[in-house]
Amino acid sequence: MRISVNGTVHEVDAEPDTPLLWVLREQVGLTGTKYGCGVGACGACTVHLDGVPMRSCAIQLQDVGEDTAITTIEGLSGDRSHPIQQAWVELDVPQCGYCQSGQIMVAAALLAETSEPTDDDIVAAMTNICRCGTYNRIKAGIKRAAELS
Amino acid sequence: MTHHVKLSRRSFLVTSAAAGGLSLGLSLPLAGRAQAQSGVPEVNAWVVIRPDDTVVIRIGRQEMGQGTLTGLAQIVAEELDADWSKVTTEYPTPGENVARERIWGDFGTAGSRGIRASQQYMREGGAAARAMLVQAAANRWGVDAADCTATNSTVTGPGGETATYGELASEAALLDPPSEVTLKDPADWQLIGKPVARLDTVGKVDGSQVYSIDHTMDGMLNAAIRRAPVMGARVASYDAAAVSGMPGVKKVVQVGEDAVAVIADTWWRAKTALEAMPVEWTDGEGTGYDMPRIHAMLEEGLTAEESFVGNQQGDVQAAIADAAQVVEATYHMPYQHHATMEPMNATAVWTDERCEVWTATQNAEAALAAASAAAGLPIDQCDIHRINLGGGFGRRATLQDYVTQAVLIAKQMPGTPIKMIWSREEDMLHGVLHPITMCKMTGALDADGNLTGLHMRISGQSILAGVRPEGLREGMDPIMFQGLNPDGEEGRLGYTIPNLLVDHAMRNPPVMPGFWRGVCNNQNAFYLESFIDELAHAADKDPLEFRRAMMADHPKHLAVLNAVAEGIGWDTPPPEGVYRGICQHMGYGSYVAAAAEVSVDDGGRFKVHRIVAATDCGTAVNPQQIAAQIEGSFAYGLSASFFGEITVTDGKVNEENFDTYPVVTMHEMPAVESLVVPSGGFWGGVGEPTIFVATPAVANAIFAATGTRVRTLPMAKNGMIPA
Repeated sequence: MRISVNGTVHEVDAEPDTPLLWVLREQVGLTGTKYGCGVGACGACTVHLDGVPMRSCAIQLQDVGEDTAITTIEGLSGDRSHPIQQAWVELDVPQCGYCQSGQIMVAAALLAETSEPTDDDIVAAMTNICRCGTYNRIKAGIKRAAELS
Repeated sequence: MTHHVKLSRRSFLVTSAAAGGLSLGLSLPLAGRAQAQSGVPEVNAWVVIRPDDTVVIRIGRQEMGQGTLTGLAQIVAEELDADWSKVTTEYPTPGENVARERIWGDFGTAGSRGIRASQQYMREGGAAARAMLVQAAANRWGVDAADCTATNSTVTGPGGETATYGELASEAALLDPPSEVTLKDPADWQLIGKPVARLDTVGKVDGSQVYSIDHTMDGMLNAAIRRAPVMGARVASYDAAAVSGMPGVKKVVQVGEDAVAVIADTWWRAKTALEAMPVEWTDGEGTGYDMPRIHAMLEEGLTAEESFVGNQQGDVQAAIADAAQVVEATYHMPYQHHATMEPMNATAVWTDERCEVWTATQNAEAALAAASAAAGLPIDQCDIHRINLGGGFGRRATLQDYVTQAVLIAKQMPGTPIKMIWSREEDMLHGVLHPITMCKMTGALDADGNLTGLHMRISGQSILAGVRPEGLREGMDPIMFQGLNPDGEEGRLGYTIPNLLVDHAMRNPPVMPGFWRGVCNNQNAFYLESFIDELAHAADKDPLEFRRAMMADHPKHLAVLNAVAEGIGWDTPPPEGVYRGICQHMGYGSYVAAAAEVSVDDGGRFKVHRIVAATDCGTAVNPQQIAAQIEGSFAYGLSASFFGEITVTDGKVNEENFDTYPVVTMHEMPAVESLVVPSGGFWGGVGEPTIFVATPAVANAIFAATGTRVRTLPMAKNGMIPA
């Protein structure tokens, strides 16, 4: 089967019901997308499908066509130039960092849709879990990114 | 201030020069180790300086998000007078530490000790390296070292000649280390105390930081594992043939007595086959235990005759007998799970001559010991390659059970690297849980509403009895009394109570306990600070004033309490519909306090709007990272307050994922104002302490708002639901 990830088409050897998360990590070799729960509860595996943030542990390979543009954290900017990434570095948002790929992908999608998100917009969009508790810096980071955009 | 420094001269550390090298595949065979990429000799164990002036600082402790890596680098760079913009870090392995007689000290990173327990020898290490670089310059120029100065990675001689550390490093490495060094006066610190940016952020925003679960090697296979879900249970039978023909499956193995694993080309295929494989388990010592039975054990302990005494002053029974008013209440904190974002995992490769492991651990030396035992090889034929953690919180500190399992799996396919990953469900079923306790509080008030006596009877599980029984003192677990001790610099009670008894009836259900961020301070602060609040209301006194009256001899406890009182505006009325709670506690060498503002909506749901939290950690190395730890501690602490409860049925944990073990998300997260108020002269911990005051600050505010006292956690299961 073939999928398009960060602009490149990959031929992958996986059963059709394999979660996209594990195809990305084990077949494509992009490990920035993280496994956290496997049940769509934590958001660590968030990627964009045609620009929409989706939890890749809950999507099967067979449901993603070759014409679907998959974007992972590695493909968000390629050079850490996305405003969300710049803001994250500026504010030292991450602690352990494990959930941050997913947080950043959701935040980037929010910013693409809402250029100046309010607190309520941010809270509504950002349902991902962070056990280190970086939520307040994530919120500040999104606002800073809106300024940088 | 002078210190004798012991240094190992001309010991050339052989390791990959960059921390990122840990993530790279290692070519087999394993004999020998990777050569230093730069070939640059170290100045000393802590400091390597490359010709391009890059300063590599070796870090013994473990980064897991708490910022220790950056803080320790600041400490060494301070005494080294290094150019901070040139600083990078690397982890020595525990095998190297053992081979060099533990020159980097203790690798264990728990108990908020990362900085406070290593700052002295790391400052000395930085100062010694600086002295050697200056001496090398002096030798080069034929001048007296005392006439040279060093700043910003450059030595300047008396005639204005200059040389960079990079130019001097190889000459410095040949010198004898100084027998004594003089450490800087804190007033002269340039880097310690500065809110510099973390050294490890960049790789966390583009997916490039490699976590243990991301580690990969040439020819690597993957394993999924299932351990008997009940403590003490073992494998009775499993049907390998049923799954050995499934896609990608290479081998089905038993792991020790209590687990089975499927090895496959990918982890997803291994997990798929494992889930399809029939497995039967024996009973274990946990069989037959459920929550009513465990609660009954603890309830019996609340009034049991025998107990271990942690703090006793005066005659509490007489004080209760003579009281104008006696107040009683029983509290309970259930089991909590660490639920690190990254599940337990490790990659191991074993031959009959060598065993190497790549993993995320808070204690790489304990991991090395576990690997050696599982491998059946001496310590010096094993090593652990340390990879940054996707969360630790204590789970990866004590038990290295996942390391043992990975080695036992790898041993069954010699020479093949195998990465074992626990599913989230496996991780939840095999936690080392924040232990379960209850507490019976009895307070005696005199006619003026002064607290004349307090009996705090804790009943419940000891962590040490479960994980390190050799640490018990004649049966007593001193950790049970964290923050309640009569004296000491680690965690002493902040109140003078004339008649006091704090005692513990140890009741150990067969459920594995462990150290969980904050450890016993969490329940002790919840129990004591909630009950102090109850007593204040019973005495018809302001909760802050009631506390202050008992704190004249505890000025540092009082100072942080006053700081949060001022920060929240305790002396002025809160906004309409908003109510406040306040509390303080001491642990891991730091004094902490918090005040919370809460409102309750028409449906009875509460919202925490604002937290003001203060810490006096003595010395603040990086205030912005301390603030980050304070903020995060409330997310972790309030997760337990609001939602966290692990239950068991017939010895098996019921909560297997985040859908049944919810945690605080941004929706519930309050604004946190961090007051970092170091008073100087000591070094307290930072990663944990403010978590102690999360629950009581909010619970006391909820009482102020509703008149309902939170005595059993989690709040959401006991009538108080967050909005």
